[in-house]
Amino acid sequence: MSLHALTLHDLHGKLEKREVSSVEITESVFQRISSTEEKLHCYITLCRDAAVQEAKRADERLKRGEASAPLLGIPVALKDIFLTRGLRTTCASKILGSFIPPYDATTVRKLKEAGAVVTGKTNMDEFAMGSSTENSAFAATRNPWNPERVPGGSSGGSAAAVAADQCIAALGTDTGGSIRQPASCCGIVGMKPTYGRVSRYGVIAFASSLDQVGPMTKDVTDCALMLEAIAGHDPSDSTSVDAPAPAYAGFLNGDIKGLRVGIPKEYFIKGIQPEVEQGVKDAIRVIERNGAGVEEISLPHTEYAVAVYYIIATAEASSNLARYDGMKYGYRAPARDLTETYMKSREEGFGAEVKRRIMLGTYALSAGYYDAYYLKAQKVRALIKRDFAEAFRKCDAIVTPTAPTTAFKIGEKTQDPLQMYLSDIFTISVNLAGLPGLSLPCGFDGDGLPIGMQIIGKHFDEATILKLAFAYEQATEWHKKKPILDHG
Amino acid sequence: MKITREEVQRVAVLARLQFSPEEEEILTGQLDKILQYVEKLDQLDTADVEPLAHAVDIVNAFRDDRVANRPSSDSLLANAPAREKDFFKVPKIIE
Repeated sequence: MSLHALTLHDLHGKLEKREVSSVEITESVFQRISSTEEKLHCYITLCRDAAVQEAKRADERLKRGEASAPLLGIPVALKDIFLTRGLRTTCASKILGSFIPPYDATTVRKLKEAGAVVTGKTNMDEFAMGSSTENSAFAATRNPWNPERVPGGSSGGSAAAVAADQCIAALGTDTGGSIRQPASCCGIVGMKPTYGRVSRYGVIAFASSLDQVGPMTKDVTDCALMLEAIAGHDPSDSTSVDAPAPAYAGFLNGDIKGLRVGIPKEYFIKGIQPEVEQGVKDAIRVIERNGAGVEEISLPHTEYAVAVYYIIATAEASSNLARYDGMKYGYRAPARDLTETYMKSREEGFGAEVKRRIMLGTYALSAGYYDAYYLKAQKVRALIKRDFAEAFRKCDAIVTPTAPTTAFKIGEKTQDPLQMYLSDIFTISVNLAGLPGLSLPCGFDGDGLPIGMQIIGKHFDEATILKLAFAYEQATEWHKKKPILDHG
Repeated sequence: MKITREEVQRVAVLARLQFSPEEEEILTGQLDKILQYVEKLDQLDTADVEPLAHAVDIVNAFRDDRVANRPSSDSLLANAPAREKDFFKVPKIIE
C-alpha cells in the first residue's frame, strides 16, 4: 500500500523504526493530492514547500533519536477555520479572502509542537454554516465515494481529504454536526469532544456556546491519538475546562463487557433512509455480541433540537460576525461613507447562507422577538440537556445513526435551507447539551455510499466513546474500505 | 406570515446588510418558512424552565492582565484594507 493510504499509527510505527522518512510520507501525500485534487477540491490553500521543510525537521528530530510524539512527521490537514500564522485563512469566505493570521490557533500550535506537518487548509461551508460544503466561496468539494455527491459539511474538505488519502489525519470543527456528519458521508472517523475539552482560541467563531474542535481520522486509534494531542486546558480560552485529558489510546482494549448502551427510540423515525436504519441496527447487534448491554431509552425532546439550534446558533453568529466591518482586516468595498462601507462590504463579502443566518439571528434577538424566540430556545435547550442527564443514569453511552441519509446529491438541497438544516437532525442535540460524540463507519448503502453510526458519551467521557468505537471497529472491516479514485 | 418584507428590511439595517428587491423577496419566504418551523417550540410549556446559555458548568475564568505573545504591529497592519504609516485608514466618521 502507498504511504499516503496508511493510518497515523501505522506510519508512526514505521517512522520510529526508521523504515520511512517524514519527507517520503509527505511527498506521497502531495502526489496523491496532485492526482486527485482536480476532481475533489478538498483544499483551499496548499503549502507543499513549507510541508517538505517541516518534514525535514521532523526527520532530523527522528534521526537524533528523540522519543517521538505520535504526530511527529505526520502530514495533517487543517480546516480553513483555524488561524495559521503566516498562512492564508479564509473560512471559505470572500470577506477573509486574503487574510493572513498573525498567530496560530492553540490547537495548531499544539500540533506543530508535536511535530505534525501541515499540508494545507481544507475547504468548508463559509463560516462553517452548512451541511454540504457547497456554501464555499471557492468551490464545492466532491465526495470521494461518488463525485456527484456532497462530502457533507461543514468540515467537508477535511473529511474528503482523509477519505481520499490527501492527508493522514485532519482537524475540523463541529457546531451542529460539522465533524460527525461529513465523517459519516465520507466513511471516516470524526469526533466532537465535550464542549470545553479542546481550546477554541484562534478558531474563527460561529456560535461560541456550541463550537468545538475535533479530529477527523482514518480509524479510531488515530482519533484517540489526535485528541490526546489537542485536548487540555488553555488559559487563552476562558471556556476551556481545567480538567486533565487522559491518555486516550490506553482505553482501546476492545473490552466492552458490561458497558450499558442506550438506543434512543426517537432516532429511528419515519423519513430515515431504510439502509441507514438497518446498518445501525446491525452495528448495535455487533456491539451486543461483544458483551455490551443494550437497552431502549428515550430522549423526548429530540424533535425540537433543530428549531432550538437555528435560533441559538444564528443569534450567536449574528453577534460574532458583526466584527466583519471592513475596517481593520477583511474585505472593504468602495463606498461614499462609513455606513455604506459597512453595508456594501458585508453585502459583497458574505455569501447567501451566511447572510440568511445573520438575518435570522438578528431577528431572533431584536426588540419584541427576544422572548418569543431566543429565550424560548434557551429554555428548550435546558430540556434537551436534561433528557441526556436522565438517559445517562441508565447507560454509559448512546448509539444512534449520525445522519438520516447517506451523502445526498450536489445541488439537491441548496434551494431549500430548511431541508439542508434537517440533515443535522441527529447531531445537533449533542452540541446543545455540550456532550462528546463520535461518528464511525458501519456499512454502505445500495449505491456504495458509507453509513455512519454515532456514539454519544457523558460530559468529559470521551474515553468510553473511544473504547466502544474501537471494540466495534475491531469486530468489523468497514474502516479498511477505501473509495476507488481513477487516478492512482 | 411570521415575517413581512418590511421587517426583513428593518432587520437588514440592524445587521448592516442590504439586499436587492429580488433577494429580499426570496429571503422573506425562506425566513418565513424557517420561523414557521421554529414555531413548534410553542408546543412546549416552559414556564418553569430556567434558560440555558451554556451546556457545561463553568465559572468565569479570571487571569492576570499580562501581555503575552503580542503579534508585531506590522503583521496586524498587513491585513488592513487601507493603511497610512502605522495606522488603520478608515472612512471619515465626523463631518
